[in-house]
Amino acid sequence: MADLAVSLPAGTGSIGLEASGPRGPKPRHVFSRRNIFLYGTLIVVALYYLLPLYVMVVTSLKGMPEIRLGNIFSPPLEITFEPWVKAWSSACTGLNCDGLSRGFWNSVRITVPSVILSIAIASVNGYALANWRFKGADTFFVILIVGAFIPYQVMIYPIVIILREIGLYGSLSGLVIVHSIFGMPILTLLFRNYFTSMPEELFRAARVDGAGFWGIYFRIMLPMSLPIFVVAIILQVTGIWNDFLFGVVYTRPDTYPMTVQLNNIVNSVQGVKEYNVNMAATILTGLVPLVVYFVSGKLFVRGIAAGAVKG
Amino acid sequence: MSKSERPNQLFRNLNAKVASIPMVLTALVIFVGGSAWTVLYSFTNSKLLPRLNFVGLDQYYRLWSTPRWLVSIENLLVYGVLSLVFSLVIGFILAALLDQKIRFEDTFRTIFLYPFALSFIVTGLVWQWLLNPEFGIQGVVRGLGWESFSFDPLYNSDIVIYGILIAALWQGTGLIMCLMLAGLRGIDEDIWKAARVDGIPTLKTYLFIIIPMMRPVFITALVIIAAGIVKVYDLVVAQTSGGPGIASEVPAKYVYDYMFFAQNLGQGFAASTMMLLSVVVVIVPWAYLEFGGKKRG
Repeated sequence: MADLAVSLPAGTGSIGLEASGPRGPKPRHVFSRRNIFLYGTLIVVALYYLLPLYVMVVTSLKGMPEIRLGNIFSPPLEITFEPWVKAWSSACTGLNCDGLSRGFWNSVRITVPSVILSIAIASVNGYALANWRFKGADTFFVILIVGAFIPYQVMIYPIVIILREIGLYGSLSGLVIVHSIFGMPILTLLFRNYFTSMPEELFRAARVDGAGFWGIYFRIMLPMSLPIFVVAIILQVTGIWNDFLFGVVYTRPDTYPMTVQLNNIVNSVQGVKEYNVNMAATILTGLVPLVVYFVSGKLFVRGIAAGAVKG
Repeated sequence: MSKSERPNQLFRNLNAKVASIPMVLTALVIFVGGSAWTVLYSFTNSKLLPRLNFVGLDQYYRLWSTPRWLVSIENLLVYGVLSLVFSLVIGFILAALLDQKIRFEDTFRTIFLYPFALSFIVTGLVWQWLLNPEFGIQGVVRGLGWESFSFDPLYNSDIVIYGILIAALWQGTGLIMCLMLAGLRGIDEDIWKAARVDGIPTLKTYLFIIIPMMRPVFITALVIIAAGIVKVYDLVVAQTSGGPGIASEVPAKYVYDYMFFAQNLGQGFAASTMMLLSVVVVIVPWAYLEFGGKKRG
């Protein structure tokens, strides 16, 4: 059992791109046939990956008449920001017509406490597992990791009952708890592996100096492991912001997170479809994780490689 | 590995135990307790509220005779097999291309990976728009003069699952590429040199030397993709809402709809238990391969 816990990171944790330089034969001439093929393929694939983003932006800047006449790939003849304004402040879901801004603020109010709570729990827990092991701790840890593979659908209803019993069903706090629970396996794994890899002498020395459980955590472990905290924050912010299932199950229409509200706006059956407003709303929802992605760069890769286990 | 002394009494190391309470509760109450609860109630005829009125395997008989569930399973199989194959193949090829000492490697990698930062809802809605028959790709090609061109997966029940597959691959292959690239970087340069000295062509080196050496990476990727396949839900909701008709339904959506809309909890529990079973079928052989056989370093 302990073996499983110890060797899991070998499969997942070894993924980092900073291992060493590129491999393979050296390029010879700039315009060799090989280079043309190589870069040609990569550029074509890159264009394919960029196409949806381009179409999203272009569509959101056009007026509806232009969308009906032109094709989706052509750049806007007349740039208008009206769809963005409408998506943010007056797009309708059902009877509510106050736009995506409500969903945005709900998502902020869900994401911020969830990220803080889940990381606080998991980092202390990972620290206890790495440095203060007690009998049976590894058993629970293995259950936790294996549990990460259970489909959420199996557990959503029991959680509905628990939340209803403690009076948090439908509230934002309930959803925060749910996110903390389901973030726990991967975050605990992340922190446990990181703390285990820290030099043991540090811990020993602090013990000799009389520092206790919390003293060592706050004065030594926390300041020395800021990079892993950043990775955890990236992982949780994107994961929780992008969540749909928990949002739709555990909140009410007025507390819906942004993804749920976006889906309701775009896929609503009433009214004329305003594709430009829909695309503006879609970009707005994708903006937070995209900014996190482009700002964080390589740390994001580390984060998702660790979080990929979550599936 | 153990860094601390092992205490015997209950109150030794108390702080660590207190710190582990959330983990213990989550593991026991939610993961073990919740799953057991759902499996138990799948044998009852609960409707609007969960009730312990056992009816044996009735819910399962009903489940497997419901056309919508059968369509869901068929979709999941088609989607699962294809996304597994295409993710691995595309992910590996992209990684191999990026591994050729090219310039702008970081730029290309950033482009291939950015869709992974987006939610399935955003992905589904973008591709719903791109595949819109009137204005999307089909409309554009027809506008160019090819009037009979037809590409409307989201409105054709025979091929709707491929429309979802396209979006899923766009979103997810970047991650697999990253895993593969990390795996390729982990292979010793000497292997390449030896292969070149022996005059083995590059393609053959990849197929018969490098890929077998990357077995752990492929297994990790396989597990990640497989776990994602079973959970596929948001993407379908955003892109097609299960339509046209029931042509793109998936098991996760079946569970949700029966629990929260059809007020037929028993069916929802039975369906989610089947999902759990399918994960067990995937995970157990993997765990056996990874941890049961020879130990890895």
